[in-house]
Amino acid sequence: MKIISSETISNAVRYLIINSSVNLADDTYKSLEAALKLEISDAGKNALEQILLNAEIAKMENKPLCQDTGLAVFFIEIGKDIIVEGVNLTESINEGTKRGYLDGYLRKSTCDPFTRKNLGDNTPAIIHYEFTDGDKLKISYAAKGGGSENMSKIKMMKPAEGKAGIIDFVVETMEIAGPNPCPPNVVGIGIGGNFEKAAILAKKALFRKIGEPNPDEELAEMEKTLFKKINNIGTGPMGFGGICTTLAVHIIKHPCHIASLPVAVNIECHSHRHGEIIL
Amino acid sequence: MGFKKITTPLTEDTVIDLKAGDKVLINGIIYTARDEAHRRLTILIAENKPLPFDLEGQVIYYVGPTPEKPGEIIGSAGPTTSYRMDKYARTLMEHGLKGMIGKGGRSEDVKKAIKEYKCVYFGAVGGAGALISRSIKSNRIIAYEELLSEAVRELAVEDFPVIVVNDCYGGDLYDEGRKMYQNKLKGINLI
Repeated sequence: MKIISSETISNAVRYLIINSSVNLADDTYKSLEAALKLEISDAGKNALEQILLNAEIAKMENKPLCQDTGLAVFFIEIGKDIIVEGVNLTESINEGTKRGYLDGYLRKSTCDPFTRKNLGDNTPAIIHYEFTDGDKLKISYAAKGGGSENMSKIKMMKPAEGKAGIIDFVVETMEIAGPNPCPPNVVGIGIGGNFEKAAILAKKALFRKIGEPNPDEELAEMEKTLFKKINNIGTGPMGFGGICTTLAVHIIKHPCHIASLPVAVNIECHSHRHGEIIL
Repeated sequence: MGFKKITTPLTEDTVIDLKAGDKVLINGIIYTARDEAHRRLTILIAENKPLPFDLEGQVIYYVGPTPEKPGEIIGSAGPTTSYRMDKYARTLMEHGLKGMIGKGGRSEDVKKAIKEYKCVYFGAVGGAGALISRSIKSNRIIAYEELLSEAVRELAVEDFPVIVVNDCYGGDLYDEGRKMYQNKLKGINLI
């Protein structure tokens, strides 16, 4: 058995939050640079130049890339040979979240859904757990902004609609989203499972590195088709018109009920703030 | 194409010279407000009570900045999505508001009101909050401090970079841009 103190976890979470809010991830930076080379619209190019310059300034001045520093979302993989000492895992992640948002001068965005009163420390974080073998604790983190999250959708489709129906639904979702979710976007898609599983898979799909191929050939093919269709919508960077509306399309599929075909589309902004630590 | 420099408060002469797609640098004072501040402002208007600032000719920036570190004027300060303010925008335009800065599409009613009241809607680049903060030279909370990031702020800006999205003639950069670049991708792989 391996013992990890809750303090170690909180500190790791704090670091992930502060670091990813300021430093644009390498895979995101590279894909934005590639997008700038390809973009043919002047206003679109101009937006991409501002986005890349913003990343330089954020790094240099240690300033958040975006004022919406998001809700803190975690996917945790817990090896079966791990014991967490101190407070429980959920509490230690929330404590790290609190410290990250306070110490990093990040915007606190959690509020009561009715009174809209800000809760002041950006907790509670949204945490998904998976149990694995071994003695590692993997913490994958994303700061998820409201603008892109608001344009995300879930649909309980009819099995008869099939792959073609799924493609239409995703493209339609991106057409409706238009300039709102800060394109060029990363598009996470969860197919199958049930109502909540599809949504969680769509979120999880965002965590795959941009440029890393989908190991499932059929899904990889579907990602290519969607990539072209979405970039042909014309929305472009920040919606100013152009051919770079998505940086990457990521799909995860899961078995579902014989009566169902759940599909969730989780849209992510171009800042795509994420990071991971293995303890 | 170069930038058009404009100064706030905006006059009708300034607004009628702006067309969808124009790149603009804003100078002068602008005010910040998001969802809750908009709700409160429109309640004050409905009750005929004074507003925290005179709307005449003014520009509202939809932003909720990150907290400033010691020594900083403002934290990261990019635009938030504008459609959430659509419900309130017409009322503010009726009472003198001339410009709005945000990101994302507006409702048909807001676009109509922009034409009716000769206003302008500017888009700033979302997610460029560190870059945009460089154009902000002073930052003072003037109302609703308890809303933290969502408080109403008076900002002095210099060469604040935006693009005209909706002009007072019905021009809409998002519509025009999308139509122009629809189906223009030819088998390109971005990565």
